[in-house]
Amino acid sequence: MSIDRETAAKVAKLARIRVPEDALPALAEEFNTILGFIEQLNEVDVEGIEPMTSVTPMRLKRREDVVTDGNQQAKVLANAPDAREGFFAVPKVVE
Amino acid sequence: MADLNKFTIAEARDALRKGDVTAVELTEACLSQIEGAGALNAFVHHTPDLARDQARAADTRIKAGDAPAMCGIPLGIKDLFCTKGVPSQAASRILEGFKPEYESTVTQNLFEAGAVMLGKLNMDEFAMGSSNETSAYGNAVNPWRRGNDDTALTPGGSSGGSASAVAADLCLAATGTDTGGSIRQPAAFTGITGIKPTYGRCSRWGVVAFASSLDQAGPMTKSVRDAAIMLSAMCSHDPKDSTSVDFPVPDFEAALTGDIKGKVIGIPKEYRMEGMPAEIEQLWADGTAMLKDAGADIRDISLPHTKYALPAYYVIAPAEASSNLARYDGVRYGHRARLAQGDGITEMYEKTRAEGFGHEVQRRVMVGTYVLSAGFYDAYYNRARKVRALIKRDFEQAFEAGVDAILTPATPSAAFGLGEMKDADPVQMYLNDVFTVTVNLAGLPGISVPAGVDKQGLPLGLQLIGRPWEEGDLLNTAYALEEAAGFVAKPGKWW
Repeated sequence: MSIDRETAAKVAKLARIRVPEDALPALAEEFNTILGFIEQLNEVDVEGIEPMTSVTPMRLKRREDVVTDGNQQAKVLANAPDAREGFFAVPKVVE
Repeated sequence: MADLNKFTIAEARDALRKGDVTAVELTEACLSQIEGAGALNAFVHHTPDLARDQARAADTRIKAGDAPAMCGIPLGIKDLFCTKGVPSQAASRILEGFKPEYESTVTQNLFEAGAVMLGKLNMDEFAMGSSNETSAYGNAVNPWRRGNDDTALTPGGSSGGSASAVAADLCLAATGTDTGGSIRQPAAFTGITGIKPTYGRCSRWGVVAFASSLDQAGPMTKSVRDAAIMLSAMCSHDPKDSTSVDFPVPDFEAALTGDIKGKVIGIPKEYRMEGMPAEIEQLWADGTAMLKDAGADIRDISLPHTKYALPAYYVIAPAEASSNLARYDGVRYGHRARLAQGDGITEMYEKTRAEGFGHEVQRRVMVGTYVLSAGFYDAYYNRARKVRALIKRDFEQAFEAGVDAILTPATPSAAFGLGEMKDADPVQMYLNDVFTVTVNLAGLPGISVPAGVDKQGLPLGLQLIGRPWEEGDLLNTAYALEEAAGFVAKPGKWW
């Protein structure tokens, strides 16, 4: 499996990271180095092995379904790059 | 009293309780050392006022006779921990200016125990790196040098600032986090002790997430005893982290008897890597002999899937990172890129993340995006998770066969020069974690103990891997190794 320039551009788009056109070939090459390294996993016989889902086999704890938090609008917005009138502000999303 | 900053936690605790020293004096001693250690670039946010307030409060508690072990102990905190009202930016530009409105559970536990925070410590960006060279703050520098050669060396990573600060006696101890070796490798590179506990021991709440199924916090200290004391204070069950276990936290220090007679120590043949420096090989053999002399039963074992740990890690960790780091979008906190006329929300995301994330972080997020994308999920991500199950099974089988702990080198080399790996491909840098990453994949506790120096005078560490939830036993084996190795070397002060 070899990653070309187009695939690199597609991955960058999916990851929402702007990569300049002229940086794509180098990026694709780096992906190929890393994926080449990962290819080793194909040597392993994984027949009948369940993919690991939990590091420690345990049932997640449950709690009562009640509101435990809230009324912290100012704190929630305190670190926002652009907060207005109690909301996060972003560029226009809907035309 | 001279050189209070050189105290271990245990020495400081005893002196505080006897009234020989105050928390304020300890704190002032560390603050003045930090001031003179700019060249190490270990502390990146300074909190002297907070430290002095905490120290005064600790002195009041100690006088009242209400003093847990960590009371009045000045610490450095890795920048990955969210600390209320104090910059916490995971060494990333994307979190520039971020001051959390809350406290991480681990730092909360330490503060409740009376610990003092001197400031925040340098690290690789989002804990992604093995040399502290991906930090937005610039490199942290190792206080150790190769003899009289003044080449600046890496303190390792990602907890490089923590390692540098503890080794240089800028603080008594520091917090670290470990996703693939980020506590143990820097500890080995700087001649200090670092333990990653069993996955689930320390709450991950308020620790900036890198790879959630691998991340664990742990202490970085000047001795095994200190690691035991501080680990007990950091651990807790936390309802805010669903993977935090509801087990009682033992008094780990009480486990340190030094008696390891009859303990079975496994020596895994797969860790004998091709091209491993003779000095590392020798250190490992010496460590094995020390444990044998202390009465342990040495057994050759096999962990057949070791070779596949790094490739599995470089699927799983980036996959989890790509998901975790999706939250940095320029909306809720941190950096937002300046937008051009007509830019919409997608441009805002893309420009913000391109400006805010460094090169290594971008690369890992994109690799993670790729291995999770439609058509590749099974081939990469699911296969890696199956291999991970096999790696865990290797350890389980060794433990079932009676092995109590496993001894390996901590790193494949001593600290290397900053910039020396600049032209290497990314995989070369990843090889730093070859001995440590298996432990994260299996969720086990692992500790790095300084055990010797190489011919250039640089420290080398050995790693002990223990059974899950048996950190006390692991620390005791490490304590016996520490006693036998008698590592006392310190870096000469040049900074």
